[in-house]
Amino acid sequence: MPSARLHEFAGGMRDTAPMLVGAAPFGVIFGTLAATGDLALWQGQLLSLSVYAGASQFIALGLFAGGAGFAVIWATTLIVNLRHVLYAANLLPRIAPLSAPWRWLLGFLLTDETFAVMTAYYARHPVTPLGHWYYLGSGVAMYLNWQAWTFLGLAFCASFPALHSWGLDFAMVATFIAIVVPQLVNLPRVAAAVIAAAAALLLRGLPYQLGLLSAIAVGVPVGLILLRRRRAIAEPGR
Amino acid sequence: MTYTVAILGMAVVTFIAKASVFILGDRIRFSPLVRDALDFVPVTVLTAIAVPLMLAPGGGDLQFTWRNPQLVAGIAAILIAAVTRKQLLTITLGLAIFFAWRFGVIG
Repeated sequence: MPSARLHEFAGGMRDTAPMLVGAAPFGVIFGTLAATGDLALWQGQLLSLSVYAGASQFIALGLFAGGAGFAVIWATTLIVNLRHVLYAANLLPRIAPLSAPWRWLLGFLLTDETFAVMTAYYARHPVTPLGHWYYLGSGVAMYLNWQAWTFLGLAFCASFPALHSWGLDFAMVATFIAIVVPQLVNLPRVAAAVIAAAAALLLRGLPYQLGLLSAIAVGVPVGLILLRRRRAIAEPGR
Repeated sequence: MTYTVAILGMAVVTFIAKASVFILGDRIRFSPLVRDALDFVPVTVLTAIAVPLMLAPGGGDLQFTWRNPQLVAGIAAILIAAVTRKQLLTITLGLAIFFAWRFGVIG
């Protein structure tokens, strides 16, 4: 039933539309930043085409500029993307029956946005023989959207070379602030962020951006300890 | 060339993080400790990158002065984000303040 598949595919695309708008400015900022750094323009697009994970792409630009080594870049990429493991575990009951090529493809297309869309979809549809086409529609829409806005950012910056001296990397700082500050809703998270910031500042002279990994290595345990202590107080005997 | 290798390696690592559960299925299990730890990854990673860029732009010495536009606009963006919780507003206003400070106030 090709028309039923197409219907699901189009539905996935349609329900992802708000996410497309939300991702657009980040794509443009990423493309612009990539073009102002040391990367060739095609390497900026290659990041979006092959990595396809916004946060780690931004972080990579910062690490490239700081002269980070491969090990730090790849380790940071892994840490930043580990949340997808939890998303995938959450979606697995619907994905497990699919053929191997489908599971590889839908894994590649997994993002924060598509996870959000799929969670809502599966909640509405307990039985979904064609749900993977809906997922594909959402994933393809997000993927093409990300490529297009990256390209626009790259092209924009390439046609205005004066942008290089403007200090545009502040766009990344502002983006990170906009993501992090609303997440600082409890003491463990605030403490983890403050400790990580202090460590990153003190250790910023370390080679290969090792200060970043060190900051994560102290920030995360501090948050964990405070979280567990709070739980122990809230639920004694656990 | 070096950058290309770094990028393709990132692609492999990201694919493993995204697709391994789909590919391997129930053979992967997570402890509650790992789940809790992952909750702190975004706030630590992004903060550890942003704060040195604000306080020591260019990777040199600390610039704890009102003449540092990254610091002034960064503090403004933190306040805007805390009050409004709107991402796009924080970014656009933060950038506007950054450019106004850099090209207007400091000159």
